Amino acid sequence: MSETTNSPEMIQVQVPTMMDMAAKGESPEILFWVGCAGSFDDRYQAVTKAFIKILEHVGIKYAVLGPEESCTGDPAKRAGNEFLFQMQATQNIMILNGYEIKKIVTACPHCFNTLKNEYPELGGNFEVIHHATYLQELIDSGKLKVAEEGVIKGKSVTFHDSCYLGRHNDIYEAPRSVIESLKKEIREMKRSRSRGLCCGAGGAQMFKDAEKGNKEVNIERTEEALETGAEVIATGCPFCMTMMTDGVKHFQKEESVKVYDIAELIASARGLL
Amino acid sequence: MKQIIFLIFLLAAFGFFGYTIHRLYSFLSKTKPLDGKVDNIGARIAHTLRVAFGQSKILRKWQIVAGAMHATIFWGFLVITVGTGEMILDGVLGTERVLGFLGPVYDVITISGEVFAALIVLAVFGFLARRYIKKPKRFIAPEMKPSSNMDATIVLIMTFLLMVSLLEMNLGYLLVTPADEVVGMYPITGALAGSFSGLGEGAQHLIFESGWWIHIVLVLLFLNLLPYSKHFHVMASIPNVFLMNMGPKGKLSNMQSVTNEIKMMMDPNAAAEMGELPPPSRFGIKDVEDASWKTVLDSYTCTECGRCTASCPANITGKKLSPRKLFKDVRHRMTEKGPGLAKATTEKPYDDGKSLFDYITPEELWACTSCGACVQECPVEIQHIPLIVDMRRYLVMEESKAPEALLSMFNNIENNGCPWPMPASSRFDWANHIEMPANLVSR
Repeated sequence: MSETTNSPEMIQVQVPTMMDMAAKGESPEILFWVGCAGSFDDRYQAVTKAFIKILEHVGIKYAVLGPEESCTGDPAKRAGNEFLFQMQATQNIMILNGYEIKKIVTACPHCFNTLKNEYPELGGNFEVIHHATYLQELIDSGKLKVAEEGVIKGKSVTFHDSCYLGRHNDIYEAPRSVIESLKKEIREMKRSRSRGLCCGAGGAQMFKDAEKGNKEVNIERTEEALETGAEVIATGCPFCMTMMTDGVKHFQKEESVKVYDIAELIASARGLL
Repeated sequence: MKQIIFLIFLLAAFGFFGYTIHRLYSFLSKTKPLDGKVDNIGARIAHTLRVAFGQSKILRKWQIVAGAMHATIFWGFLVITVGTGEMILDGVLGTERVLGFLGPVYDVITISGEVFAALIVLAVFGFLARRYIKKPKRFIAPEMKPSSNMDATIVLIMTFLLMVSLLEMNLGYLLVTPADEVVGMYPITGALAGSFSGLGEGAQHLIFESGWWIHIVLVLLFLNLLPYSKHFHVMASIPNVFLMNMGPKGKLSNMQSVTNEIKMMMDPNAAAEMGELPPPSRFGIKDVEDASWKTVLDSYTCTECGRCTASCPANITGKKLSPRKLFKDVRHRMTEKGPGLAKATTEKPYDDGKSLFDYITPEELWACTSCGACVQECPVEIQHIPLIVDMRRYLVMEESKAPEALLSMFNNIENNGCPWPMPASSRFDWANHIEMPANLVSR
């Protein structure tokens, strides 16, 4: 540990797992579903950590599945492999029901959509909340107080709608409200909300090369984001994060334009990062 | 005499229309049931009122001119259809303006009928100008053949003739009817009638009779042509909106046959309980009869406006996928296979050696990001994603065919519970080192 006198005392966060909590006979208020990108993707791990710090900060009793978590099966289902999807779903539901989970928060719109809309028919009935909605609730209820600070300070911002949050689940305002809580006006892209253009990664495209065409979808979308002149592109989805970040690199703008998840904007504004 | 001729003509028209609808029904009866039920009738009615009758997905501010022209024709047709019903009654009963007893209500019907007829004439010119002069980008695509254009033009011209004959009939009615016996109110032809008062009685009767006959013959012709063109839209749209899947938009159907198989795999007792389930004939969609009847109805409802394709990220970036084309393909395939299918039995299935894959290529299917922009934009609530995913299901689950990278993704999920090649044992490694200021932790 480096010894600098001015920096505040730092502590290590011990992320509670359901296994540990159940062993103590306790149950959490929310289960944070981390998802594959949140667990393994270098960039999105930072979002996971930012969200964990927010949870620690507001003092909510939460837990993760940790090593017991597994892919929801979303990409398999959308790529036509229903058998693999249902194997994953059945296994996850068994674990979640075993722990008597009632409420799930996730930072991935794909996990969110699958858990919320596709698990009930297979016996998994939970209240599922996307982190955009959850953050908005924390801010609106006064549990989380933020101001224009951190990475967003003095920067203009645009928001890229994730298809699985927006069009598929009608959540357009929650992420915007989170950004606006930082005293920011959003520079909307030409195609936004229900008309928002996909980043190109949904429907299992994330895991394959695009079919033959004359342009990559993320380039088309990043172009539009850059046209707003915003210095921050905010997202609420790990795949959008990857696609927009790659798009910004394609235009060699990574020095002047940053892609952040809304949880990072909030954690940073609260001095948690 | 007029009554008898009309009755014969009417029976022939309705007879042929009945035959056409029965034929389409026999095609649809060979398709699969819906995923889900047609329940929640109240919400469906409200949705139909908003989207179909309220034209909410047509009247959008970024294409308000085309939207307003379409709404004019739609609303006008609704009003004018009341008048058509009256004409049929008059023709059968030998009466004249049989609904005239409605008094003020009849005035409203006749006034709005005339105003809409005139507005529709303007809208027809507007649409022709759009199609032939402005040429919107979404009308130009590989799947838009000259025949698609011709189809639209014919319907526009028929619409024009319908409105002109309606006005002609009203004008004739005013000319041949003594002023104090006129029922209803006719603001447009009423203003014109003065200029024709000099005509002889014979000529005035000719105006009326020819207007009446031309109009009713066109209506009945229209009725019988629509089901054979993309303009079946006129009849199928309202039911199609009403019958749409009202469940969560992001939800793909659950394949019950797969659920059963997994249950039996995991619990042998469940297998005994479920007994002998008939195996599914096929996973996913290979040909039209594997699709739900709603998907086929979607294809009959599509009028090829192209709002789906214009909003499709794959199409915008030059990929082969065009959501509009998929539904043209389903329709064409059903037209080709339907007659054979309708006669087929379980013992004697029909196979012409072709499938929907002769129309739709895997390349198109694998270009979809399932973003839902096509579904969002479709004014008649066609649902494109289930068709695409069900065709992918056929490729993957029946033929084990998918792009190489997706096959690897399946393997990764199966072996590591993650679509990337990452060991499950490192799933929780992200939590190993998270540091934050102690004073900001509350617990």
